Amino acid sequence: MELTANKFKANASRALVDAQLQKALGNVEKGFIGKRQMAADALPEFDALRDNARDIKNHVLAHLDLYLEEYERKVLAAGGHVHWAETAEDARRIVLEICKKANARTVTKGKSMITEEIALNDHLSANGIEPVETDLGEYIIQLRGEHPSHIIAPAVHLNKEQVEGDFRRVHTHLPAGRDLSEPVSLLSEAREVLRQRYFAADVGITGANFLIAETGTSVIVTNEGNGDLTQTLGKVHVVVASIEKIVPTLEDTSQILRVLARSATGQDMSVYTTFSTGPKRQEDPDGPDEYHVVLLDNGRSAMLGTEYQDMLRCIRCGACMNHCPVYHAVGGHAYGSVYPGPMGAVLTPSLNGIDETGQLPNASTFCGRCESVCPMRIPLPKMMRHWREREFERNLTPAVARYGLKAWAFFAKRPKLYRLAASFGMPLLSLFGGTSRRFRSLPFAGGWTRHRDLPAPEGRTFLQAWAQREALKQEAGQ
Amino acid sequence: MSARDTVLGKIRASMRVPASDDVRRKTVADRLESTPTGVIPARAKLPKAGQVDLFCAMAEQFGATLARVSDYKAVPAEVATYLRSRNLPAEIRMGADKRLKKAGWEAEKNLEVRHGASDGGDLSGVSHAMAGIAETGTLALASGQDNPTTINFLPEHHIVVLKASDIKGDMESVWAMLRKAQGKGEMPRAFNLITGPSRSGDIEQTILLGAHGPRALHVIVVE
Repeated sequence: MELTANKFKANASRALVDAQLQKALGNVEKGFIGKRQMAADALPEFDALRDNARDIKNHVLAHLDLYLEEYERKVLAAGGHVHWAETAEDARRIVLEICKKANARTVTKGKSMITEEIALNDHLSANGIEPVETDLGEYIIQLRGEHPSHIIAPAVHLNKEQVEGDFRRVHTHLPAGRDLSEPVSLLSEAREVLRQRYFAADVGITGANFLIAETGTSVIVTNEGNGDLTQTLGKVHVVVASIEKIVPTLEDTSQILRVLARSATGQDMSVYTTFSTGPKRQEDPDGPDEYHVVLLDNGRSAMLGTEYQDMLRCIRCGACMNHCPVYHAVGGHAYGSVYPGPMGAVLTPSLNGIDETGQLPNASTFCGRCESVCPMRIPLPKMMRHWREREFERNLTPAVARYGLKAWAFFAKRPKLYRLAASFGMPLLSLFGGTSRRFRSLPFAGGWTRHRDLPAPEGRTFLQAWAQREALKQEAGQ
Repeated sequence: MSARDTVLGKIRASMRVPASDDVRRKTVADRLESTPTGVIPARAKLPKAGQVDLFCAMAEQFGATLARVSDYKAVPAEVATYLRSRNLPAEIRMGADKRLKKAGWEAEKNLEVRHGASDGGDLSGVSHAMAGIAETGTLALASGQDNPTTINFLPEHHIVVLKASDIKGDMESVWAMLRKAQGKGEMPRAFNLITGPSRSGDIEQTILLGAHGPRALHVIVVE
């Protein structure tokens, strides 16, 4: 997709007045937050598992080269193929070659963010191969020519009436008068239409949630079963995965699985957790004839050993965006990048450079909810702050923000002057606050007051209030 | 330089890996050999009878239906009853699993049993699970002639037979079983952990059953 991360402000302004989008975004809070909390509360060991999951990934990252070698050895031993891709372009070329060798006309796809990252669908289409997305959400947005607005719920920005419209527009072979008013009828229709595509496809492409070094296994975690049909019914199964998906053993996989589904959808386990090792064997009645893994770097090796290394622990559960007030307000498309929300605000600058993406680490209130729910305990706000520092150092920050910060720094470094200014300013603002105690508009603060009121200060500065509190405490103590 | 060497070289350079990394190699080899278990939830640590009950309760909580029968001879009748109760044709698809084969399907005269992988034309499929995981009510199925993977996903109704003695408390116990059956570091081509029937929440985050896989999952526990 075209990177429009540096139009975040304009994208967000449009999103805030998009009534359809605002209605759909209500489903994010409804659909995820309470369910995750219930699942976490029901497992007393949840936080201990988070600690262990973090430690496992840290261990992997410290030994990544060696685990990759071991993983490759096991895949080859099981009769699979391993392809190494340094860049997105390399990965696209490798997948296309595999498809061409298989004389593929259509390929089915399981849900995969990594193939979004490398823009695989456009590349296959341009070369005469039709990619068919089979996850319901991905199928819907493919019909619309859109990109996922969420890493696990790609069509969360849509309402059912919009989906109905798309199905009527595309599924013209079905009776025009059919009833599609309920989500269940939309689901059945997609199931029917896609069934035929699995059997007709020559190649099935999936991502991977984990690559297990001990056994040379790729793992997908899904609820619909589309990923399994994709990889079982095609003659060739291609797994596209980034290098940090490695885990050492089956036991380590279990540890992370216990936090993955709970953090993502609030399930104890997703419906299907599938471990795939090599192609069809001699006695096997089903399964693919060929099994390929494309291992993608695309900038990740450069994150190792830097302040962004912790981001490579991410397991793509989506909890950070599900709990982000900025994501709730503007949705995923406003971020203008493959990965939205807090994890995207950290990862996208690493993959695409801060020059093109500087607005993303600023698209945060630093409320810290993302870090507090991250199953891998990734310090997302801290890393966004690192990106802001880089941005400032490189003079990429907008002039207004730079001068504003400089003006604030001037006063902050002169405490007496700061207190003097504040002790005049606060009573003045309090006075202007009137009886409503709120500002409906303020000079220089239109960006805030256009969408919400600003509460008026009560007249005292923080230091004055603090001094009074301490005095009262002392009095009470005597 | 090959792409492989480039990527591995970049990783080593970023991590400032020493030229002689015997210590790191040993750490990795030890972990792969010893496969340490991490945190096991207390709810998985139950005596045997408790594990079976927990498995049944969790499987039902996540949308499966459940029947407990006394021995394999009772399986065909239970399958026939299930099909009748859902108004399904008396036809099933089944692999070559010996435990299933020996159950005596000829007793159900009206039931047609088709063998081999599913071609997508089956409404109901029967599999035998390798194990059950009580912690989450999860079924574990291994691919192969005995239980073709396509039966797990193509039929609308998936009926899974499971021996009560194969129900384990936690996932880690299933890895131990698998290593005993396959050898250390080896896996079946496909190993499926299944928890409830297929579902999707992709339209307005409303959970609906029966996305691309089976609409219904029926588990028969053989005591």
